[in-house]
Amino acid sequence: MGELAGDKHVKYILSVEKKKDSFESVVMEHLRLNGAYWGLTTLDLLGKLDTVDSNEVVSWILQCQHESDIRALQNEDGSFSGDIWGEVDTRFSYCAICCLAILKRLDSINVEKAVRYIVSCKTLDGGFGCTPGAESHAGQIFCCVGALAITGSLHHIDKDLLGWWLCERQVKSGGLNGRPEKLADVCYSWWVLSSLIMIDRVHWIDKEKLIKFILDCQDTENGGISDRPDDAVDIFHTYFGVAGLSLLEYPGLKATDPAYALPVDVVNRIFFGRCST
Amino acid sequence: MASSSSSEGEGRRAWVPLASRPEFAGVTPLPQDDGPSPVVAIAYRDDFRETMDYFRSLYSSRELSPRSLLLTSLAISVNPANYTVWHFRRQVLEALGADWTEELEFTEGVAKRNAKNYQLWHHRRWVAEKLGPDAASRELEFTRKIFCLDAKNYHAWSHRQWVLQALGGWEDELDYCAQLLEEDVFNNSAWNQRYFVITKSPSLGGLNAMRDSEVDYAIEAIHANPENESPWRYLRGLYNDENEAWLNDSRVHSACLRVLKAKRNFKFALSTLLDLLGLGFKPNQEIKDAITSLRTSDLGEAGSDSDLANSICSILGLEDPMRANYWTWRKQQASSSS
Repeated sequence: MGELAGDKHVKYILSVEKKKDSFESVVMEHLRLNGAYWGLTTLDLLGKLDTVDSNEVVSWILQCQHESDIRALQNEDGSFSGDIWGEVDTRFSYCAICCLAILKRLDSINVEKAVRYIVSCKTLDGGFGCTPGAESHAGQIFCCVGALAITGSLHHIDKDLLGWWLCERQVKSGGLNGRPEKLADVCYSWWVLSSLIMIDRVHWIDKEKLIKFILDCQDTENGGISDRPDDAVDIFHTYFGVAGLSLLEYPGLKATDPAYALPVDVVNRIFFGRCST
Repeated sequence: MASSSSSEGEGRRAWVPLASRPEFAGVTPLPQDDGPSPVVAIAYRDDFRETMDYFRSLYSSRELSPRSLLLTSLAISVNPANYTVWHFRRQVLEALGADWTEELEFTEGVAKRNAKNYQLWHHRRWVAEKLGPDAASRELEFTRKIFCLDAKNYHAWSHRQWVLQALGGWEDELDYCAQLLEEDVFNNSAWNQRYFVITKSPSLGGLNAMRDSEVDYAIEAIHANPENESPWRYLRGLYNDENEAWLNDSRVHSACLRVLKAKRNFKFALSTLLDLLGLGFKPNQEIKDAITSLRTSDLGEAGSDSDLANSICSILGLEDPMRANYWTWRKQQASSSS
């Protein structure tokens, strides 16, 4: 099996000078904070966070800060809207709960209602969709399981049933898909894997085969990881591929928290370290 | 990254700088404020930069005019995922008193380029809400067109479910699911929608009324493709919270037996029998023999597994080696409960 080309991926992430003519660079324009998260977390997992100037990054992020109140985005039924403009989806339940937990302000929303709404999105195969009645989807499952994990509500999940559905996502190539009969994609190495870990069922997949699949998705010459072998790379899949390998305990990578999608030492610092303003 | 040359080429050929366009006379473009040390800085194309500079100007001055509407169209065409632009567009539409039908056509144009854009679907829903129940058939037709290109588009399914519940139009939905499944019986989204329809449609009578015919439907699909995960899950879902009925419906274990006898693609048939055994199912000799005959030589004599459930787990551990640990765990569960 191949190896993780860590140094190449660091080079790729740092070379963020997008080409002027690139369609993707423009489309990513609104995702710069996301891009910063994916890039920085990947660097941290590879042990190379010191390659960026943290002061620069922090001051830029603070510039992006906007006055808005997550609490105000919770609806009557416990669901969350993405913003004041109203789109409802369990993705936002996860974002709200994750952010508030990190800020230690979970008490400012109605957690019971939030949990109840998430549980109402459970499907007949034990998974979760974006809204009640929607199809099970690994991405939505990560959001719901993560939110339930953070709020101490995992007892609402049938772990055996969901665990089986999740391990059935592994296809012949060793990669994971997000729904039955769909193609494998590296990002599901995160959504499915972290969900399995949160419900203590990760040993139900073939880890070696998944590692091989992720490594096959690398561009070992120019760095970066793509959604499946031989496709174009991007920061999003680079992050999820490396984070997936971290969850699989690939040597040389820092440990990642499956619920917060952050390095474990960062989560520990947030919850057990000194308080910082 | 790979570039999408055809859409870029079209945009550039047609591009007239906004500074030269009379309709934008008097607008002072507002450059992006990236702060003193930009991070993840992007080298924008000129048309993109200019469009967004003009957008920022009209947005910050809260100008709700026809030229603002035009500008949001331009901004959306260069970046359809910018939700601030979509939000501003909605403010402009409300202020001007929009032609909602025209707006639906606008979204169809955006969908042609990317049918998986979250903002597009949110906007579409917002417009459909304005139109009310009269919009139902057009929305169902719109999602149908999307499904012709991608029958599993998650956004479209989410929209379609919302349309049915908020605006109506259930009458032909079960037939539509049947049609999609005829085209691709492996379409898990269509199976999910079928379950949605039989449980929620006001014109069908609910799960209890529909269960019988749906069991037959699922089993027919199973026999056509026993390796198809969806109808097996669908079948199980028909008996959600009804374990007694599930155990006693002889069609279920007969279907499993038929698959086992064919000796191919029997994984889900075996796991279904395993579930049934766990609930107290007492298989007849024919089923026991069919299971035993699937044991390969490396598994040794049938007597070496303490009972049938164990035997099934051993067979599955070899048949489905990727999930060997799962089947080992099932074996332990089966042993501890017997």
